[in-house]
Amino acid sequence: MRYAETGFNLEIDLSRGNIERVETDPKLTELHLGGLGTNAKILWDRVPPETEPFSPDNLLIFGAGLLCGTPAPGANRTIVTTYSPQTLLMAYSMMGGFWAPELKYAGYDKVIIRGKSPRLVYLWINNDKVEIRDASHLQGKGAVETQEMIRQELKEPKAQVTAIGLAGENRVYFASIEQGRSSASRGGIGAVMGDKGLKAIAVRGTKDIQIARPDEWMKLVNEVIQYIKFREKNLIPGVIPILARLGSPQEMAIHDEEWHTTNFMWGNARQRRRDFWTKEVEQQWRETQESVRTRLISCYNCPLKCGATISAPGISTYMMKCFSKLTYTMAAYSDLDFGFKIAGRATEYGVDGYSTPQVMAFALELYENGILTDEDMPGMPSDTEGRFYWLLDRIVRREGIGDVLANGTYWAAQQIGKGAEAYAHNNIKKQEQLPLKLGMLNPVYFLMYSTGEKINITQIEGQFPQAPFPTKEEREAFVKDWFQVPDERFKQYFLDWELRGENSNPYYPTVEATCEIVDWQERMHYIDDALGMCAGLSSFHLKPPYHIHNFPALISSATGIDMDEAGLSQAAKRNRTLIRAVNIRRGMRRADEKPPEDHWKKRFPELEAKLLDAYYAFKGWDHQGIPTKASLHELDLDYVAEDLEQRGIIKNE
Amino acid sequence: MSKVKKKIKSIKIDVDKCNGCRACEMICSAFHANPKYSSNNPERSRIRLIREPLKDVYLPIYAGEYAKAECMGRDKYVIDGKEYGECSFCRASCPSRDAFKEPDSGLPLKCDMCEDLPPGEKPLCVQRCLNDALIYEEREEEVEEEVKLEDVETGLESMVDKYGLQKIMDTVARMSMSKKG
Ligand code: SF4
Ligand code: SF4
Ligand code: SF4
Repeated sequence: MRYAETGFNLEIDLSRGNIERVETDPKLTELHLGGLGTNAKILWDRVPPETEPFSPDNLLIFGAGLLCGTPAPGANRTIVTTYSPQTLLMAYSMMGGFWAPELKYAGYDKVIIRGKSPRLVYLWINNDKVEIRDASHLQGKGAVETQEMIRQELKEPKAQVTAIGLAGENRVYFASIEQGRSSASRGGIGAVMGDKGLKAIAVRGTKDIQIARPDEWMKLVNEVIQYIKFREKNLIPGVIPILARLGSPQEMAIHDEEWHTTNFMWGNARQRRRDFWTKEVEQQWRETQESVRTRLISCYNCPLKCGATISAPGISTYMMKCFSKLTYTMAAYSDLDFGFKIAGRATEYGVDGYSTPQVMAFALELYENGILTDEDMPGMPSDTEGRFYWLLDRIVRREGIGDVLANGTYWAAQQIGKGAEAYAHNNIKKQEQLPLKLGMLNPVYFLMYSTGEKINITQIEGQFPQAPFPTKEEREAFVKDWFQVPDERFKQYFLDWELRGENSNPYYPTVEATCEIVDWQERMHYIDDALGMCAGLSSFHLKPPYHIHNFPALISSATGIDMDEAGLSQAAKRNRTLIRAVNIRRGMRRADEKPPEDHWKKRFPELEAKLLDAYYAFKGWDHQGIPTKASLHELDLDYVAEDLEQRGIIKNE
Repeated sequence: MSKVKKKIKSIKIDVDKCNGCRACEMICSAFHANPKYSSNNPERSRIRLIREPLKDVYLPIYAGEYAKAECMGRDKYVIDGKEYGECSFCRASCPSRDAFKEPDSGLPLKCDMCEDLPPGEKPLCVQRCLNDALIYEEREEEVEEEVKLEDVETGLESMVDKYGLQKIMDTVARMSMSKKG
């Protein structure tokens, strides 16, 4: 009997129309847990590094996390993995919602898609019955609309459907995969789905998920729930509202957007508007939000409410999550009403809420600076909001200039030339980042931005405060009930970290402490991503309900696998290193590992080099960021070392 | 029949507070697993969330009595401009729909208010609804004594309805023979 997982994957070959149910090796669960870990293992084993993202040989893997579908609150993530057309590296975007648990109840841990269908199809997984069905009538339909149409034609209101919109069909490099109130948006994985001719995957499952040691397990789960209740009542003082309480940022619930609107950049990640947030704006935005927001909603088995149903006049109802509320608004220098409305259209098209507004703001900057001209933009309206809609429509259809912009700012700039490259200024590894521009280098964030494989800061950060607290008393109060730290010394790092003086950024935390802090933060994300745990109850937060001390027993009692803190940290490190190896094999090197040039005004090249050197060494990687033979051996990844050696990437000394 | 004191257990459902998480379904099925919590499967739950997000329909419904035939007609409610699907408010495990049936055997499910719980503990779905959409209330009332059907009996009754008494009796007889043999 397999516990927590189902022990089966679905292998779908769309070229041949073949469907197979394949039993998985339990040993791999011990080594990689599941979710992201086993996704990465499959990608490494089966997709050679020369494979183009839009090749039939590229795999598109939908993996449910190891704990998805169990009673653990927040375990509902689907991890989607493939080679990204945008970064050309491994993409692993994740979505919450209800799809992963449903897949587990249907009896599968993953759906692995290979090949390409000659015509548009969708997949219907109903327990043991799996079919590839014609989707020609869904061509061009919105991602939300499609989910509803499929439920209706199958007469299965309880089916969970994940779908792409027009952007995915047209292989826009930042196309998302949408699902109810969630989406897997980063890295253009929706484009890969579209390239495969796959419009949607519908799932319905009515089977059991087993737990190995139920008594012990439920006790631990109940402790987690008690702590969630406690944390919801006891907000963390001294931090911004979205960090004070659990959840993926509670953007749908809160009205106070002072922090985002006055700290994040407007336009093409350009301008900080320190005086933006006034009483009038607050009043107007509050009214907008309350008039369009029907209900606050959650993902499967989670008490929080990070999403909302949005019904704005003139657009069809959709569900919104966290930050896309502000990205369009701020990129267009507009207001919340515009933000909600354009996000509705963007959700139907199925595009990433981070990249898309920036691509459009970038295009308008090029236009204002004469790099793009009226010839490139025939018939574009004169107002910014109108221009945003105009651009969005063209991008998802790949019409005219939209065809160029659909590849994202990095590739569009290369194609446009004439100095456009300078305007694609907010990228890491060819992908648009949050519009944040700051003063003094923060060493912890420097390393996270540079080396994070997800290429998305919110999926690396967490646990450790983003900035020092001003007074000693506040710091002491903070560390008092900070039991989530892996080791007491992390408290000391925080206690000693000051706003000014010797113990402040960029030289404090020290290089060594910085390495440890970053390692802790990313370790917790790697654990979540393997388990399918939402970062909003775990790795993203200060003092979360899930941490390095309760995860081992949770995993062990659920799965029956022996697990302690060292073993879990080792598994997380193994997954982290394997993903690094996937990317190294695709050509990623030290030169790629850097934040946007203008992310901080004050940069320290020498210190930054030292930080990278130290972190690479700490991780067991060489000067180029390539995992060493010895460190791979220690992680049972000798086959990776061998492969890298054969390719001459690891030099045989 | 004589009068007896009876504890009336009720759950107040505040649909406005429901966030659609389905934790109630999940935990009900886990609690009724054998051994307890050894598995879960919302399809076995005795509470079901009728959920149509785009229409803002969120309706937790408890499994009530087993009905051997469907109603002569079906009902459909519209409340505050929101239309609920046919039979949404009905609690019956009924031939007209999938709800409240064991997925493998098709046997009817019925909410038992978690009767196995130690006294004083609230039903599991209530405990696990952290949004306070489900509120447990208890009171005492004098009622006529009734004959209470056990779970097995309810299940058997539905089998009898489906296959006829004779067939069930034959099957039980055959099964007990082979078990003994
Ligand atoms: S915390 Fe929010 S995003 Fe995370 S599982 Fe819960 S509702 Fe979903
Ligand atoms: S647990 Fe509560 S909030 Fe969640 S679905 Fe059930 S009734 Fe709604
Ligand atoms: S009261 Fe108990 S049996 Fe009834 S639905 Fe709730 S958890 Fe299930």
